[in-house]
Amino acid sequence: MGFFKLSARDALLMVIFAAAVLLAPIWLKPFGAAYPDLLQKFAIFGLFAIGFNILFGLTGYLSFGHAAFLGIGSYTAVWSFKLLSMNVIPAVIFGTLTAGLLAVLIGFVSLRRTGIYFSILTLAFAQMCYNLAYSVLTPITNGETGLRVLRDDPMVLDRAVGVIQEGSPIGDFFGWQMQGFPAFYFCAAMLIIGFYVSLRIFRSPFGLKLRAIKSNQTRMRYTGFNTRPYLLLAFVISGMYAGMAGTLMVVTDPLAGAERMQWTASGEVVLMTILGGVGTLLGPILGAVLIKYFENIFSAFNTDVLHDVFSFMPDWLENFFVTIVHPFVGEGWHLTLGTLFMVIVIFLPGGLVEGFNRLFQRRKKKASSEAAGSRVATGGEKQATAEN
Amino acid sequence: MTKTTITRRGVLKSSAALGLAGAAPMIFVRKAQAFVNDPGDAGSVTLGFNVPQTGAYADEGADELRAYQLAVKHLNGEGDGGMLNTMQPSNLKGNGILGKKVEFTTGDTQTKSDAARASAKRMIEKDGAIMITGGSSSGVAIAVQSLCQEAGVIFMAGLTHSNDTTGKDRRKYGFRHFFNTEMSGAALGPVLESSFGNDRTAYHLTADYTWGWSQEGSIKKYTEALGWQTNAAVRTPLGAGDFSQYITPVLNSGADVLVLNHYGKDMVNSLTQAVQFGLRDKQVNGKDFQIVVPLFSRLMAQGAGENIKGIYGSTNWNWSLQDAGSQAFVKSFGAEYGNPPSQAAHTCYVQTLLYANAVETAGTFDPCGVIEALEGFKFDGMGNGPTEYRAADHQCFKDVLVVQGKENPASQFDLLEVVQVTPRAQVEYSPTMEGYEGDLGTCAA
Repeated sequence: MGFFKLSARDALLMVIFAAAVLLAPIWLKPFGAAYPDLLQKFAIFGLFAIGFNILFGLTGYLSFGHAAFLGIGSYTAVWSFKLLSMNVIPAVIFGTLTAGLLAVLIGFVSLRRTGIYFSILTLAFAQMCYNLAYSVLTPITNGETGLRVLRDDPMVLDRAVGVIQEGSPIGDFFGWQMQGFPAFYFCAAMLIIGFYVSLRIFRSPFGLKLRAIKSNQTRMRYTGFNTRPYLLLAFVISGMYAGMAGTLMVVTDPLAGAERMQWTASGEVVLMTILGGVGTLLGPILGAVLIKYFENIFSAFNTDVLHDVFSFMPDWLENFFVTIVHPFVGEGWHLTLGTLFMVIVIFLPGGLVEGFNRLFQRRKKKASSEAAGSRVATGGEKQATAEN
Repeated sequence: MTKTTITRRGVLKSSAALGLAGAAPMIFVRKAQAFVNDPGDAGSVTLGFNVPQTGAYADEGADELRAYQLAVKHLNGEGDGGMLNTMQPSNLKGNGILGKKVEFTTGDTQTKSDAARASAKRMIEKDGAIMITGGSSSGVAIAVQSLCQEAGVIFMAGLTHSNDTTGKDRRKYGFRHFFNTEMSGAALGPVLESSFGNDRTAYHLTADYTWGWSQEGSIKKYTEALGWQTNAAVRTPLGAGDFSQYITPVLNSGADVLVLNHYGKDMVNSLTQAVQFGLRDKQVNGKDFQIVVPLFSRLMAQGAGENIKGIYGSTNWNWSLQDAGSQAFVKSFGAEYGNPPSQAAHTCYVQTLLYANAVETAGTFDPCGVIEALEGFKFDGMGNGPTEYRAADHQCFKDVLVVQGKENPASQFDLLEVVQVTPRAQVEYSPTMEGYEGDLGTCAA
């Protein structure tokens, strides 16, 4: 089997990852996160962050405009629904491809600069896309109101075959309605494929070249190596991931709004990646899950919920704790997220993954020192791989 | 490095196993239910309050949430009962809904369709909300309403003023108590004519989304019928903050009336800046320059301070009304929170009671029964006089208030003066009027 081409370690990682994703509805239940909408968001933003990490994690190029690809993927998918068919396959294909095309354009111009100038260029392009979607392109994007699929849209393929859904249009995967858990499993499948591709890129010579660009691009150039095609390819791949994430947002909920392209959305994926661990395989997904969890669960805590939580305390203490905690939940969830982000950047620059690695290493050290007794480890200890 | 060989058969087997394992939880989720989130024998029932807690409409959202909490109290028989005592006809008993204690879950719409739908989905899928209500933007209301239609959950719209909510985007599961821009236009027209005459040139600044477009259209329709000209209609982004770049061109446009199709903090900012730019002290075409804010609320008036004096607008409800329903509501809201309720709070409070009453009438939480009970429901004592939920488009029809910013307010809340109560007959329109036709769809069960 040439197809899987994975080392034993990676194959194991892949299987564990797939199992964890597919079983998420069970093991996330105790956290109150096992409902379809949030699970879909985990998968979609996980995919977005994986793609972002291929650019940022491997090449070190920090794009501040990835929301543009997310947005264009969404809009293309809605148009594919409107014009062609409610089947999600054309939507996914076209959404990903258009995002790729846009990435070629933006990447070609932006990659002429590095560092902060690159970031600013991508940010500028994304804001341009956002403002276009918001104003000039209103006939295509329906502006602030958002683009929706209507019952009387052409849907030529569906009409040609004679399958037109009753009621509100819902994405369709050969008879499976893309709602609730089926939609989650569709997204989950895409996430697993996306993770596999990212794993292969990380392990490939191409990935190595990208890392070399990150560590010293000037030296690469002096050795006569043209870095730009590789950078552009990484940028486009990363843009296509974002486009696919945007498409999946539409697949699970056939609606696209311009706010998906706003700089805050671009910033969010940067946060996710840094929070989880830049340049690691699993980090971005962890970051995405954490942020979406905060956004959906923490933001729903109101004072009543808090009173319930602290109800085991005496009244005065209960009120005291509710007053203290209240600003950090509900509409104040950003405050908690900000604090967490600061703590992680200061103490764990490698993100959550670094935290796990340190824990893991400490335990390993403890175990090995107990086993080896007085024998001194002489540097033969293998570093836990930087990747996971 | 060792390579594991993965056979095709092995992959098939393991993926089948994974698939099965993945499908397992679905068995637990799909309970035998007659309808979505059937409370069954549970002792309580959950309502979903989806309001903007951040963004341009956050003030309205906060007031909506206060009203909802008050409504829940009253439904559960706590407090003084508020409008439960004045509503007619009413089947509410003050012991919850159908004997079940009312609980609620809240969420932040952020005045964004995406966030609002995500939040509503969370309430339906995770918290088991039987009804979703709230919101302060028509874009959000329309997005959430169609979501609720798909999910099979009743949506009682909060503050939404665009015609489309019950016009071309009307839905079987969606109900709106608030009035719309068509009614605002019909009510404001005669007042504008008697105050400013028939020879005027208007300049519109419009919030660039469904509500702004709708209001701009309605005001144009009714002012142009008076003989007014429309000089220009400029679209401004929602939540722009600074409107000076849009207001400067008004000065030299030759227009003598500025129509601000803005709401919430946007309106506070644009009105304040328009006044600072000296628009109101100007003379154009030999006439005093005028500003009109077609949708007015007391919260906005409070934000805009001095600047609203003398400015005309329309409103769904105002706390200074003297009928028994309004007074009961203002009294219990004031006792609870120390300030009078806004129109957003009023409509949300009323919607919650109307929903609860419809459930009591139908004797079931089944949305199809509730819809039937609400369609064509006529009621009184809720602050707007005799009101009807029209069956054809799920829009409430009632009198509309034309208000003016008070010149000498008696208190910090006494900011709007009711100039005219426009009777229902004058603002009523046909559900199949051009531009308003829509398809309700059906009730799923």
